[in-house]
Amino acid sequence: MNNLRRNLLKGFATLAALTLLPLRALAAEWNKVAFDAKTLPEALKGAGIQNAIESKDIVIRAPDIAENSAVVPVEVNCKIPNTRSISIFADKNPQPLVAQFNIADGVEPYVSTRIKMGDTGNIRVIVQADGKNYVAMKEVKVTIGGCG
Amino acid sequence: MADPMKIRAQVAGDMADIKILMNHPMDTGRKKDANGEWVIASPPHFIQQVMITLNGKTVVDGQFGSSVSKNPFLGFKIKGAKVGDELVVSWTDNKGDQRSDKAVLEAKPS
Amino acid sequence: MRFVIAVFVTLSLLASASLFALSDPEQDRLAFIDLYKKKFPDKPLEDYVLGALMLSNDAKEQYDSIMELPPFISVIEQGKAMWTKPFANGKNFADCFPNDGRMVAGDYPKFDAKLGRVVTFEMSINQCLQANSETPLKISDMKTMGVLMAYARALSDGMKMNIKVDGPEALEKFEAGKRFFYTRRGQLNFACASCHMQNAGNTLRTEILSPAVGQATHWPVFRGGDNLNTLQARYKRCLEQIRAVPLDLGGEDFNNLEYFHSYLSNGLPLKASVYRK
Repeated sequence: MNNLRRNLLKGFATLAALTLLPLRALAAEWNKVAFDAKTLPEALKGAGIQNAIESKDIVIRAPDIAENSAVVPVEVNCKIPNTRSISIFADKNPQPLVAQFNIADGVEPYVSTRIKMGDTGNIRVIVQADGKNYVAMKEVKVTIGGCG
Repeated sequence: MADPMKIRAQVAGDMADIKILMNHPMDTGRKKDANGEWVIASPPHFIQQVMITLNGKTVVDGQFGSSVSKNPFLGFKIKGAKVGDELVVSWTDNKGDQRSDKAVLEAKPS
Repeated sequence: MRFVIAVFVTLSLLASASLFALSDPEQDRLAFIDLYKKKFPDKPLEDYVLGALMLSNDAKEQYDSIMELPPFISVIEQGKAMWTKPFANGKNFADCFPNDGRMVAGDYPKFDAKLGRVVTFEMSINQCLQANSETPLKISDMKTMGVLMAYARALSDGMKMNIKVDGPEALEKFEAGKRFFYTRRGQLNFACASCHMQNAGNTLRTEILSPAVGQATHWPVFRGGDNLNTLQARYKRCLEQIRAVPLDLGGEDFNNLEYFHSYLSNGLPLKASVYRK
């Protein structure tokens, strides 16, 4: 059956909005330096990432050619034990750092999201585990279509 | 306050599959100029922080830049989560707007 | 002199689009399917509803990923609110259609013998509004009619396209739509057939051209996840892109075209509100 229709007709598990949590008090401060950085080296530095080792244990599932560069699905599957954080960069974006996730024990080293890409370039994923950084990349082509 | 999030939280075996769709323009404020460069044309408006808790315990502490797509989608998997567990997803954006939504984990329909 | 020119133009049109007079819609549909089978021998007919997506695994995977939880869900919900909101007289849209409006969209467009013209699903919505003393919606307004369609058409998801062409007057409208499909127009001098029949499967400026069979099943679409287009909105945009005079949504040309175009998809399942690039 059509999942979308099923959800429309039955509704989601979401309950009513809650009283707002003191999010700012609990979460880490937004990393302005890293997110505002306009070059990859500056973004990596701002995110405190050095000496990332290339790893085949990080598998990036992303398109070869983006259908629409405003909505590029990216899925990260990681087999590195004790993964504590996953950071996603789009090397050619005006601000390369896209998102960063710190995950607790028990959360699978996996994340799926959708990102905007400014131009053809690498999606770069950096994983931190046991104090070490690991990196993998996948190139995604961004084109300007004829019938869009 | 922004529109509610859609949260699909389903458990199969010992793995919870969490899918979240947030409602937010995620506006970079950028437009391409005559030279093809992305320049800031208006103030950006985007979610900066995301927090996910399971039964009150923080499981994901995330940060976004404005490059995350409009109406952000997130998928996570949590081992050991059970039907009936309570998931809360909260976000704050760069204008100070916030949103928090709750979902109860369900069994995945077979 | 003008008469001579008119005759010449008419003959050219007829000559340039072969096999018009006495068309049999079923024969036309099967001829299209045959042509595409030769181009795409390994694609089953049911895949055609995916259009260009059936010709690229990379593109299909992106579609599947986004359709798991599409960014436009709240727009569909707005459509639902429009659909369920009662009129001033207490009735609602569901009262105007059989089966509460479920599994009806595949019957449209239909030829209305009383009115002597093709009626699209959008027009039947406006007929419902007028019958209940409500203001009709602008067919070209994606924010009202488009949003309503995003939900109303989804009530027919899974229904097989079921266009009927019964009688000579209906056939005339079918043929008018078919003529449109084959007529070259605009500065680029393309007909619908140029891209979606002759060049289906080929690439035009990085875009894979989709075959005409299957196309009419999956509307409205959300281009890029948030740009809502009904089928006729797409017709208009395409005319703009080939630098032809853009025609009006809800006008006879587009209605007849949609009639012919939808017939080609008879037997294929509808699915509304989908992602496209």
